[in-house]
Parts: sequence; structure tokens; C-alpha cells
Amino acid sequence: MGEVVVITSGKGGVGKTTTTANIGTGLAALGKRVVLIDTDIGLRNLDVVMGLENRIVYDLVDVTQGHCRLKQALIKDKRFDGLFLLPAAQTKDKTAVTAEDMKKLCCTLKEEFDFVLVDCPAGIEQGFKNAIAGAEKALIVTTPEVSAVRDADRIIGLLEANNLPGPKLIINRIRPDMVKRGDMMNIEDMIDILAIDLIGVVPEDEYIVVSTNKGEPAVLDMDSRAGQAYRNIAKRLTGAEVPLINLDYEEGIVNKLKRLLGFKG
Amino acid sequence: MIDFLKSVLGKEAPGSKNLAKERLRLVLVHDRATVSPHLLESLKEDLIRVISNYMEIDEKTLDVQLNREDDSVALVANIPIIKMKRTYQDAKA
Ligand SMILES: Nc1ncnc2c1ncn2[C@@H]1O[C@H](COP(=O)(O)OP(=O)(O)OP(=O)(O)O)[C@@H](O)[C@H]1O
Ligand SMILES: [Mg+2]
Repeated sequence: MGEVVVITSGKGGVGKTTTTANIGTGLAALGKRVVLIDTDIGLRNLDVVMGLENRIVYDLVDVTQGHCRLKQALIKDKRFDGLFLLPAAQTKDKTAVTAEDMKKLCCTLKEEFDFVLVDCPAGIEQGFKNAIAGAEKALIVTTPEVSAVRDADRIIGLLEANNLPGPKLIINRIRPDMVKRGDMMNIEDMIDILAIDLIGVVPEDEYIVVSTNKGEPAVLDMDSRAGQAYRNIAKRLTGAEVPLINLDYEEGIVNKLKRLLGFKG
Repeated sequence: MIDFLKSVLGKEAPGSKNLAKERLRLVLVHDRATVSPHLLESLKEDLIRVISNYMEIDEKTLDVQLNREDDSVALVANIPIIKMKRTYQDAKA
């Protein structure tokens, strides 16, 4: 029996879809059976990030409304046999899917897959409620900005109110240079404010744009720093303990020197 | 002049992130309190329970609010007292 994980944020554009694609692909690369569900109805995106847009025949709404069987709507990934995508509907309106539909769907899917990853739309309306309906675990994506962190805090409260406690935090688009000069909140600042557990930190990385251009998640590129971060998050989701890679960004030059000289920092 | 010196000699607080943190802290006090309607209600109930150990208060007109100023948020309670209890011991017994 698999696990249903929703990727959510409140604020739009902070990296939910990028995160879903990369963690999903990362888990598949670890040999897990994974299905990704795009619940952003009307604003389908996960398909292009995965490079699967040309293979779509049926979508989420076709499934929930019984126009096709679930199996027919699942698109197999190009790279991994165990990875599938259930795309969002592009033409229907947001009310076409209910929370009850999602619950049933997630229940069915987790019988067959190790991980069911749900890409949540921005906001706290019906789309959000649908996305979390069948989930057992939540990953909250935020960036080190006031507005994104504020929305993340709101989402944490809403998840708790909806009996989905213990969400894990992903800090995306962190810029070590800005953190260093004190112009960006650091990891500790954000954990301190949001008071939830961290599952990963993804640096700002040009390669994310390149990989989206190509339709190949960065997690598959061994040179991409963001890709490395996503590989680590995927491993952590399987229960492995992987230390954070990026922590040394935060060190001032003094601490680094101290460490080099053998002082405890 | 002082400001000018500060700007020449470098910022007093390094970088803008401290400003971000401080603004977030204040906005989240408010968000968390208002988003959950139960929070102030259950705080009220708890207050009544504790204060009643010491005095008799008018529960109906008791008022608890968050007051927001520029750089702080305060919890302001107005609790009309009807009668003081004679000793704390009495109350506890
Ligand atoms: N770590 C990163 N480095 C650089 N660019 C990034 C990073 N993460 C995300 N982006 C870029 O930010 C943009 C928004 O990302 P994405 O679509 O994943 O966000 P989203 O939260 O799913 O948005 P929406 O709320 O609209 O669904 C994309 O153009 C993506 O390429
Ligand atoms: Mg998205």
C-alpha cells in the first residue's frame, strides 16, 4: 500500500509543479512505482514539465466523470517504466472534480503505486481542497520571501484544521549569495518562523529553466544543484537519512576559518 | 547627518532579511489569531477559568482583542470585576 503526498504552497509560482515533477522522477529513479496527479484544472502544467504533453488523450475529469477507465488516462513516462502522469483537464471548470472524487481516486491509486504525488494548484479554494482530500502527507513549498512564507503559514494552519498534520517544508529558490550578505532569510530563519520540519532546500538554479525547456526534470542531471537537492528529497521520502547539502552557504567566512582551524563552529 | 554617517559606514542592521523576519513575525501573529476563530474564544474561556480563582468577573462583557500598532501586536483584555475573593486559598479549595 502506497502513500499519497500532496505538494502545496498557497502562493502561486513558488515551484510546486517543478517539485512534483522532480521528486516524482527522483523516486522512480530509485525504483519506486510513482503516479503524479495534476489537479490544477484549467492550468495544466505538469505534463510539459515532464515532457509528456504530446501523449495526453484523457484527463483527470474524464476519469472522475467516467468517460474512460483510470488505466486509459495514465500516461507512461518516457524514461521510467514505473512512472505515470494523470494530467489535469484543460477545458473543464474547477468544479468538475469534488473532494470525494479525489479521495476515491487516491485510494485506488495507492493500491498500485508506492507514491501518489498530487500537484496542488495555488490558492485555498476548491482546487486546494480537492488536492488535499486524499492525501496522507503534505509537502509545503515556499521561497525565502515574506509573501510566500506568510502563505505557507496559512496553509500549515489549514492542513492542521483538515486533519493533515505534520507537513514537511521544502525551501525553494534559495540564493546562497543573498543569504550570505543578509538580504535573504536563511534556512534557520524560516524553520524558526514556520515551526515545521524541513525535508529539503533547493537552490535557485538556471538549470531548472533549461530542464523545463527540454521537458526533462533536473533531477536526472547529475550536474544540477537543484537536481541534487531533489534527489536527496526523494531519498528522504523513502525514509533514508540524507544530510543537507547546502548548509555551508550559511557560514560566514569567520566560521569557515574557525572550522578549518579546528575550532568547533 | 547621523543617517548619512550610517549610510557611509555601512548599514546598522546587516541586509534586509531582518526586516523581512520582523514583518513576518508581526503579520503572522495577526494571521494566526484571526484565521482561527476558535483561538480567541478558547483563550477567553481559559482566562475566565484562571481569573475566577482570584475574583468574580463579568463573563458576558469580558473582551479580548488583538491591538495592532506599527511595530507591535498586543493582546488587550478588558475584564470587569464583580467581586474579589478573600484569599487565593479559598479559591483553590
Ligand atoms: N529552484 C528553482 N530555480 C530556478 N527556477 C525555478 C526554481 N523552482 C521553480 N522555478 C521556476 O519558477 C517558475 C514557477 O515554478 P512552478 O510552475 O513549478 O510553480 P508552481 O508553484 O507550480 O506555480 P503555480 O502556482 O502557477 O502552479 C517556473 O518558471 C520554474 O521554472
Ligand atoms: Mg503548478
